[in-house]
Amino acid sequence: MGGTEDARPIVRAVNVAKAFHHLEVLKGIDLEVYPGEVVCLLGPSGSGKTTFLRCINMLETIDGGRIFVDGVLMGFDDSGPHLRHLSDSAKSAQRREIGMVFQRFNLFPHMTVLENIIEAPLQVRGVARDAAIARARDLLSMVGLSDKEENYPSQLSGGQQQRVAIARALAMDPKLMLFDEPTSALDPELVGEVLRVMRDLAEQGMTMIVVTHEIAFARDVADRVVFMDGGVIVEQGPARDIITHPREERTRQFLARILSDQAE
Amino acid sequence: MTVSQVAGAAERPGRIDAKPVRHPWRWVAVGVIVIVVAMMLHSAVTNPKWDWSYVIQVMNYRPILQGLWEGTILGTVLAMILGLIFGILLAIMRLSTNPVLRGVSAVYTWFFRSIPRYVLLTILGVGIVFLYPKLTIGLPFGDSIARLLHLSTTFTLFTFDTRSVSQGIVIGALGLGLSEAAYMAEIARAGILSVDRGQVEAAHALGMSSARTMRRIILPQAMRVIVPPTGNETIAMVKDTSLLVAVPVGMELFNQAQIVANRTYRIMPVYVAATLWYLIVCSVLMVGQSYLERRFGRGFSAPNAKAQRLLSRTGEH
Ligand SMILES: Nc1ncnc2c1ncn2[C@@H]1O[C@H](COP(=O)(O)OP(=O)(O)OP(=O)(O)O)[C@@H](O)[C@H]1O
Ligand SMILES: [Mg+2]
Repeated sequence: MGGTEDARPIVRAVNVAKAFHHLEVLKGIDLEVYPGEVVCLLGPSGSGKTTFLRCINMLETIDGGRIFVDGVLMGFDDSGPHLRHLSDSAKSAQRREIGMVFQRFNLFPHMTVLENIIEAPLQVRGVARDAAIARARDLLSMVGLSDKEENYPSQLSGGQQQRVAIARALAMDPKLMLFDEPTSALDPELVGEVLRVMRDLAEQGMTMIVVTHEIAFARDVADRVVFMDGGVIVEQGPARDIITHPREERTRQFLARILSDQAE
Repeated sequence: MTVSQVAGAAERPGRIDAKPVRHPWRWVAVGVIVIVVAMMLHSAVTNPKWDWSYVIQVMNYRPILQGLWEGTILGTVLAMILGLIFGILLAIMRLSTNPVLRGVSAVYTWFFRSIPRYVLLTILGVGIVFLYPKLTIGLPFGDSIARLLHLSTTFTLFTFDTRSVSQGIVIGALGLGLSEAAYMAEIARAGILSVDRGQVEAAHALGMSSARTMRRIILPQAMRVIVPPTGNETIAMVKDTSLLVAVPVGMELFNQAQIVANRTYRIMPVYVAATLWYLIVCSVLMVGQSYLERRFGRGFSAPNAKAQRLLSRTGEH
């Protein structure tokens, strides 16, 4: 596991900028994530972590810089003399390679667990139904929910819903998984089951960018921790180094506050 | 006090066997209602002017049945299909980021909501025949282009003679459908807006296009909100088909009833027969509505879906 500098990065963000009206939320983010790497994004509320994740899969359109995923420029066509916005269908095609897990799960409530998982493979990838179902059952057993395939999301606990959401994203065989605070909407006793699934996924070599406030998870699972504040990356490095010996004052303050909150 | 109660008082309290609260006024109300209903039934049976056997006979008259099927039911089905399709399109236009589409949808809704259906049907009936005795479907500006290029064809695929009597129902259903679309647009818009924003993001993140997201994710969930008021609209439409006479469409239930009544002078039983048919059709629709509500409520917890339904029933119409 862990990135080697000579491999081609899965994600290469160069000088990414994003503003909402006049509020500059991202002010020049440079980040590279290598195949198999697990990167945790930490930072105080409003520092732009969610916005950055959403820019990677184009749920937000960036105002400046470039984002490449597996060498492909995201959201724009730069082959001509002018940069052009990609069409809706071209963006959809790019998004297929990226899985995203949301804070509030966002499962499709009108579909059973199994239908949630096979929907995109059937509709978007054109996988045969039997193959999609077989794959969905494998994924459900991986996240420990084999007995729930006929249930509707409203019949599941938050932790179970989030594990289904992870399985749903994995069903598209993404090259990259994005997690936006996947456990922060969960009751404390349900956090562990979701983190366990994510840890398994990391061990299987999935490339992951995880926004989280779970410092223990970041320390134990992440290869690298990136600390953001005020729309810039303040510091980054190997997870243990940053968490145990932060160099920057802002990182130190943030970690002290988080750790005292989590100790309560 | 009995011995057992005294002994029981020292122990822990057991099973509760308390008398219910009395509601004397409820019983008074029940009594009044029973008397009124009994009086009505008594008069319905004993007053020969109700003439129930004739009512049943009229309900089975050919022209009445034909009016029911070819006017009331066919008109409702055509108008609602048109209204639903146009309404959803208008709602999607209204929610689009394109200002032209938004504007067109808003003007359409304003226009058709402002015109009484009776007036609209009258104007369409007169106007289409007067302005466009022949409607042709083909290339836009087909005959002008043909004239310009000195061609003999006019690029016409299909011609439709608006003066032929059988087209009255088509014009009528078109009028009712166009009017209905304006109301359905508002209902569909409310339905689409009721779907959580996160659903669209989840679908997009899975690589689904906007059109597919609308079809597979948003509309099925919006249906839960759209179906109950659409059921109400359909029931209202059954009743509004009696306005088709304005087009004019003769083959319609109430118009046929009036014709029978004028011919036989047994007016009341004939109108009762028509009323019973409206009651039957609307009852069947209400059963269908509750089935559809259950169908589209799948995956949503029951109390919530029920509240949604009740809320929608207190709406307009
Ligand atoms: N759609 C939007 N419109 C306007 N402002 C927005 C929008 N989305 C985010 N913002 C603003 O951008 C800033 C960064 O938000 P973001 O959600 O990226 O922060 P975050 O680091 O994820 O914070 P948190 O830890 O609270 O989730 C915030 O000030 C937020 O109010
Ligand atoms: Mg966030």
